[in-house]
Amino acid sequence: MDNHALNKRVTLFCGHYGSGKTNIAVNWALHLKRLGHEVAIADIDVVNPYFRTKDSQAELVAAGVEVVALPFANTSVDLPSLPAEVYGLVQRRDKKVVMDIGGDDRGAYALGRYRPYILEENDFANLFVANFYRPLTTTAEDAFEIMREIEAAAGIPFTGIVNNSNIGVETRLCDIVGTFPMAEKLSELSGLPIVMTTAEATLCKKEPQYDFFELELQKKLF
Amino acid sequence: MAEKVLMKGNEAIAEAAIRAGCRHYFGYPITPQTEVAAYMAKRMPKIGGTFLQAESEISAINMVYGVAGTGKRVMTSSSSPGISLKQEGISYIAGADLPALIVNVQRGGPGLGGIQPSQSDYFQSTKGGGHGDYRMIVLTPESVQEMADMTALAFELAEKYRMPAMLLADGTMGQMMEPVELPEESNDTVEKPWAVTGTEGKREHNIINSLYLKPEELEQKNIERYERYKLIEETEARYESFMMDDAEYCVVAFGIAARVAKNAVVAARKEGVKVGMIRPITVWPFPKAPIAEAADKVRAFISVELSMGQMIEDIRLASECKKPVYLCNRVGGMIPSPEEVYAKIMEVKGGSK
Repeated sequence: MDNHALNKRVTLFCGHYGSGKTNIAVNWALHLKRLGHEVAIADIDVVNPYFRTKDSQAELVAAGVEVVALPFANTSVDLPSLPAEVYGLVQRRDKKVVMDIGGDDRGAYALGRYRPYILEENDFANLFVANFYRPLTTTAEDAFEIMREIEAAAGIPFTGIVNNSNIGVETRLCDIVGTFPMAEKLSELSGLPIVMTTAEATLCKKEPQYDFFELELQKKLF
Repeated sequence: MAEKVLMKGNEAIAEAAIRAGCRHYFGYPITPQTEVAAYMAKRMPKIGGTFLQAESEISAINMVYGVAGTGKRVMTSSSSPGISLKQEGISYIAGADLPALIVNVQRGGPGLGGIQPSQSDYFQSTKGGGHGDYRMIVLTPESVQEMADMTALAFELAEKYRMPAMLLADGTMGQMMEPVELPEESNDTVEKPWAVTGTEGKREHNIINSLYLKPEELEQKNIERYERYKLIEETEARYESFMMDDAEYCVVAFGIAARVAKNAVVAARKEGVKVGMIRPITVWPFPKAPIAEAADKVRAFISVELSMGQMIEDIRLASECKKPVYLCNRVGGMIPSPEEVYAKIMEVKGGSK
């Protein structure tokens, strides 16, 4: 992990729909908390009514992470709006903030209203989350196209790439390693560093020689 | 492209349809199936296909009717309330003997209901839905992989029998992400001499129509159609039989309910309970033969559903009421847990000794 690039007050996770942004965001917030920071996580996903930061609210709150989410997130009320408290998080500058942003350019438009504060403070990491096993981003070129669309919608430049390549429960080490060339290619196309490569916790423990960011909290279905 | 990809069920349907040669999609957004339309909106323009967000579900299904008349692979998708709106068009498609794919990613009802998963459109899908004497082939996937595989299969069956086919999924199937091996590229192989493709002055023109003003003629059309339906019932009923060889109790469940129930069956087997499961893969035609066979061997059936027991009627008919049929269900967007199904198996076992 590129700790220098990641050591910013505000961390934004953007990316293609279903690339794993929420999962990384909640795990990253916990990670920062364990490092001793005061941390808040904000759910500003206006695209998807399912699979929200709020799924992990109990664990986050128990760990001392402030969770800013709409009261009706995860209540089946499909209303794309944003919590007012997010303004406080970008304006007060008193704690580390992790922001979970909706998928694709459509999700990134929501960032626009916080853009002036984030750019003015200029202490942010805007990270593009890529999973090369997602059907519309199986190549570096396709991922780059979506990256550009998101950047244009958000009005905030990306500062790094998170390689979150996985095929769910079937992910093996070779599946992750196999995407390294694509991540490198995306890095080359965009001129941005790969700041983090992720893996699920059990796989991380088995392969300590890799510097993976460990994902503990996972949303499980049947 | 990597061998396996990670997809949502809704995306798998869309990609599988494209790989099956479908270049025409008409729809209208509704949770929890919107990703089908979103995926089509992104992909279709890049491959020379047509994605069109219609002004309503009613328009969308009539656009499907139009393309179906030309013999091209065409589809629409929606969720329960939207599927209700499409019923008139589905009846017209059936009445004109046209193949088309309709995807229903079910949510809780009736009315506007909710956005969480459900299987309460079972009656609507299997017993008509629209008006008139017609049937529709209805496939029920239980994984993202099956969402992809059954999309191609639905197109094939629809064309083979010249009738609409439905992929009947639910909000969980649509939203869940799983590894999936995408099917190979395919396309229709059936000759379509009936299609409206331009006569080039070389043949009589074809007419796509469901209007027959002479009752004798309309009667004959219906009779012919039912001969075809009879053949489908005899040859196309699909199901999975799980641990049924020595079973004394038979769970019947499809889609997400089958996935949950399978865990309960395995758990009960560990406790020495002889329980198995029949998973209908087509709910029309309903797999009557395995149910009838089980009726002579088991003590009871347990229907596990995300509805108020809509499948029970089909189980009773297929088993000729030889054995009791119990219900284990949750509704309105709730899903029964494996523990709830397990408890029901134990309760039925205790009660029928």
